[in-house]
Amino acid sequence: MNVLDPYHAHDGVIHRLDPRVKLVLAGAFILTTSLLPSGAWPIYMLMLAIAISATLLSEVGLAMVLKRASLAIPFALAALPLVFTLQGAPLFTVGVGDARLVVTWPGLERFASICLKSYMSVIVAIILATTTRFSDLLLAMRALRAPRLLVAVLGLMWRYLFVLTEESQRLLRARASRSGAPSTSGQASKAGGTLAWRARIAGGMAGSLFVRAFERAERVHAAMIARGYDGEVRAPALPPLTSSQRLALIAGLTLFAMLLLLSLAFV
Amino acid sequence: MMNSPAHMHVPDGFLSFPIAALMWIASLAVIGIALRRVSDSLGEKQVPLMGVLAACIFAGQMLNFTVAGGTSGHLMGAALATILLGPWAAILVLTSVVAVQAVIFQDGGLLALGANIFNMGIVGAFVAYFAYRSVQQLAGGRRWGIFVGGFAAAWLSIVVASLAVALQLALSGTSPANIAVPAMGGVHMLIGIGEGLITVGALSLLHATRPDILGVGEAKPAGAGVWVAGMLIALVLAIASPLASTYPDGLEYVAEQHGFLETAQEPTFNIIPDYIVPGIANEALATILAGVIGLLVVFGVAYGLAYARRKRTQA
Repeated sequence: MNVLDPYHAHDGVIHRLDPRVKLVLAGAFILTTSLLPSGAWPIYMLMLAIAISATLLSEVGLAMVLKRASLAIPFALAALPLVFTLQGAPLFTVGVGDARLVVTWPGLERFASICLKSYMSVIVAIILATTTRFSDLLLAMRALRAPRLLVAVLGLMWRYLFVLTEESQRLLRARASRSGAPSTSGQASKAGGTLAWRARIAGGMAGSLFVRAFERAERVHAAMIARGYDGEVRAPALPPLTSSQRLALIAGLTLFAMLLLLSLAFV
Repeated sequence: MMNSPAHMHVPDGFLSFPIAALMWIASLAVIGIALRRVSDSLGEKQVPLMGVLAACIFAGQMLNFTVAGGTSGHLMGAALATILLGPWAAILVLTSVVAVQAVIFQDGGLLALGANIFNMGIVGAFVAYFAYRSVQQLAGGRRWGIFVGGFAAAWLSIVVASLAVALQLALSGTSPANIAVPAMGGVHMLIGIGEGLITVGALSLLHATRPDILGVGEAKPAGAGVWVAGMLIALVLAIASPLASTYPDGLEYVAEQHGFLETAQEPTFNIIPDYIVPGIANEALATILAGVIGLLVVFGVAYGLAYARRKRTQA
């Protein structure tokens, strides 16, 4: 199993859900979350309970999911200025020297809302990726009318992703053995040459990766032609949804719609 | 193992719904055109070529180099893909890369995927094409055109894409324009230099070893339309962002007029007054109540799971 593939093989409740149902419900969760007004804390609690319940049901490890979901946290820096700039009741003042920044209540509430919304959305996206094979996700995208050619390109990309990441790891290893590895320890190791020189070497590696990929694409194309490929990408269609799968879909969508309706009370 | 890329992948939660939806519509429209164009020019070769090269750009983003004190820069590849493949094929390749990053690695959100494709794929490719072609014309086929054009395309595509991100955040009411624009723009003006140097490095290797590949995208210029589109995107963002950053209130005014900001949604939401849902008029109480219900749900699920698992092992 490659480290790149997030899929966890398991036979759980969430794993058994049809990929179409999972894709739609994950999308609906994220859509609902984005439509919730800022500061609708009771609804956030319920949505968070849904996300955590889904994580437990997926049996991929709550701690792993919660930890991976914090990956998007650094982006919160972009929303941090809101704490100071939104007009409203001042909460407290932070000051460095003469500079004074006033933290306002609405600013803090909007910032915390954005962070929590983002965190919940990432949890659900992780569950989708860890419980669904990418090939099944592609079939689901196709069933939801994503462009046929784009889905075919994504499918082929997925097959060669592992080949080419290994290719680029070999390039990195080769550079490291020529003792030009980027410093990881945080010490200001020069790692050879000027900055421009190092960037140019990385560029040369990118160039040779491109040449190898280009030549590989030619070979893949020739091999596909030899096996009768005519430009038409044929994929097996998913069977129609069973009644229990349909029930799960409708129940989920109804729940999200009700929560969205309820959130109107908290504006 | 994966370097976290320069923060241009917007996660979910940071864009308001109208902005996210608008960006999805714009991206889908351009992807539709790109699919038609590339199908016409590549035919049945499209799927293998685009698929393998998308995997290549993805893998190429792992190639990093030390900048200073433990930080490292890496390739993003929008300009390189555009120069080597032409803008339309580059849009498809970059769309695939951004989509896989979002779906598999949660690098960028799913609802925000439309915006991420727009910023990194479409804006990046159009602007890179505009910059590269312009310098090529100036150079009149001389060799320096490739390298200066490559550097300009890489730098400009990164900077303009970051301005697009900043404006989307500002329009969503997530980040004030007078902070987001200079911060995003400033950081990416530096990151763009690294991108430019890597792109030039890649182009000089290709120029020395495989000049035939370097000619692939050039042989079929995409036409004046793409050049004009790239110029317009670059111009509009270059003019709009300093304006938005100098007059953040103006942007907020525009956003409110078009209902982008949440504050602007309040009048429509207020149709349902508080007293329709009595009992939860007190928000703090409602939050505690919801928290308790949520905990009960989670514990119920955990208990049910444990029970089912015990039965499974006993059976």
